[in-house]
Amino acid sequence: MNLAYRDIRHGLGRFLLTCVGLGLLLGVVLAMIGIYRGLIVEALTIARAPAVDLWVVEANTRGPFAEASRIPGDIREAVARIADVTAAGSITYQTVETEHRGDKLRLYVIGYELTRPGGPPAIAEGREIARSHYEMVADQSTGLALGDRIRLGRHVFTVVGLTRHQVNSGGDPAIYITLPDAQKLQFDLAPPAARVQLARGTGGSSLDTVNAVVARLDANASPEAVAETVRRWKHLAAITQEAQELILTRSLVDRARRQIGLFTSLLLVVSAVIIALIIYTMTMEKLKQIATLKLIGAPDRTIIGMIVQQALALGFIGFAIGATLIFNTKDYFPRRVVLEPDNVMILGLIVFAVCLLSSGLGVRAALRVDPATALGG
Amino acid sequence: MADAPDRPLVHLDHISKHFGEGETRVDALREVSLDVYPRQVVALLGPSGSGKTTLLNVIGCILDPSSGSMELDGEPVLKDGLWLRPNLRQLRLDKIGFIFQFHNLIPFLDATDNVALVLQLASADAVATRTRAVELLDYLEVGHRRSAMPAKLSGGEAQRVAIARALANKPRIILADEPTAALDSKRAGIVMDLLRKVAVEQDAAIIAVTHDEKIFDRFDRIFSLRDGRLDEGVSAESR
Repeated sequence: MNLAYRDIRHGLGRFLLTCVGLGLLLGVVLAMIGIYRGLIVEALTIARAPAVDLWVVEANTRGPFAEASRIPGDIREAVARIADVTAAGSITYQTVETEHRGDKLRLYVIGYELTRPGGPPAIAEGREIARSHYEMVADQSTGLALGDRIRLGRHVFTVVGLTRHQVNSGGDPAIYITLPDAQKLQFDLAPPAARVQLARGTGGSSLDTVNAVVARLDANASPEAVAETVRRWKHLAAITQEAQELILTRSLVDRARRQIGLFTSLLLVVSAVIIALIIYTMTMEKLKQIATLKLIGAPDRTIIGMIVQQALALGFIGFAIGATLIFNTKDYFPRRVVLEPDNVMILGLIVFAVCLLSSGLGVRAALRVDPATALGG
Repeated sequence: MADAPDRPLVHLDHISKHFGEGETRVDALREVSLDVYPRQVVALLGPSGSGKTTLLNVIGCILDPSSGSMELDGEPVLKDGLWLRPNLRQLRLDKIGFIFQFHNLIPFLDATDNVALVLQLASADAVATRTRAVELLDYLEVGHRRSAMPAKLSGGEAQRVAIARALANKPRIILADEPTAALDSKRAGIVMDLLRKVAVEQDAAIIAVTHDEKIFDRFDRIFSLRDGRLDEGVSAESR
């Protein structure tokens, strides 16, 4: 006769309600872990999108994400000629705000050369950009659909393809346009401003400026060795992909990452305390029954088994409810929630450990109950 | 009245129990000696604080006495204030049945399982325990309520199930703490008749703490406790 099961079955509604409450709490913990992971993944998404080994940026900067970087576009050709470089492409990055169907739309615009590294990693719907001007590939999180037309600067672009999960470290969805369009958007002045610049004698400078040149290397090449070659030119900085990712996670999103990490830790501690209190209270409510069990001769293992099994059942069901909830709602979060199996498994193990420890409190209380308390009123 | 055979089921020899020391010392039991024989139904009376519950706890192997010796069902279990068995819970399971004032049935088990639980704790197999549980419930005329949860039982029915649970492991010593306190006169009489039936048919000894004067005539022997001393008979103070 399984006493834990019988007790749960007897008060099933109450037990399930407790599980749902705990499940909601654990769901929040999972969501925070997912948001934490999502922040890191999003921070790295744009840097990983071109699938390159080397970033060549303005000297003495850690661009193009952590710091501003501007270099001449023809650097790309010089980089492409370095030994072990198999392909190179120029890229621009900028954030713009526009309107779409009456709503403000904040976009992270990536300009790239159509046949070179730097374009969207995969097209989820539609096609890649095929024309030199005024086509764009947008991320699905923009809310744009194929065929939508949207104004960027002084030109209207047509959405021809859609990507998935391409956002920058701030969560702004990415759109891809051709490098010339991006350069015009970034550097081309409006006619009145251009006239002012011409009048001051500062106009007419070259538009062929980019934020970075990215390079793919031969499989056997050392990215650090190639980077060193680039640095020797003195006027350029070169960052390997590994270093770039480190910059993004350690510098760009570090505070946000630590903030969420700390909050998640606090939430875990709060969850542990709540689980402990629930299990302790469940046990305290049964002290008279436990005293009776002891009096009629039930061994400690029967009583311990009842408390521990109930604690584990509570934790398992609560965790299952929380996980189900988050897995079914994570796509509705404004920013990406990334839950890897190892995150879920680790939290599951933590909940398991917390339940065991918490049941220890209940077990301690139960074992200290004097069987004589079963006698009398 | 039951005849007293030679060997008592409960034999207490100069049992004493005190709490605290020095000025705060309270002598709950003083040199209490008692023999209760099979088929006897015995009452323990006494005013509040007289030591009734302490004595019941000592006989039930729940409380350590300060001194004295005790035999239960012919087995020496206590000598000079020291228990002779390490596992008193097993001793209770083997030899003693308990009946409580408020039945104390496990609320999440039905009537049958409340009885079967004791048998399962004693390692009987599941089918046998249920069969025996149902037999006991029938014996105590509450078999028609075998599937009812405790909350659905009347006071009298619940107390009968509690008696069935006390009898489950065939103990020969049954300790009852105010077994009729929560019942009206009619049901109290029925419960006492059942206890007598159990004592006679199961060859058991029943020791009950009670204040219930309306059932005094159902006992074979009545003992009074006053200031920790035990006397046979009913005194005015003990009522």
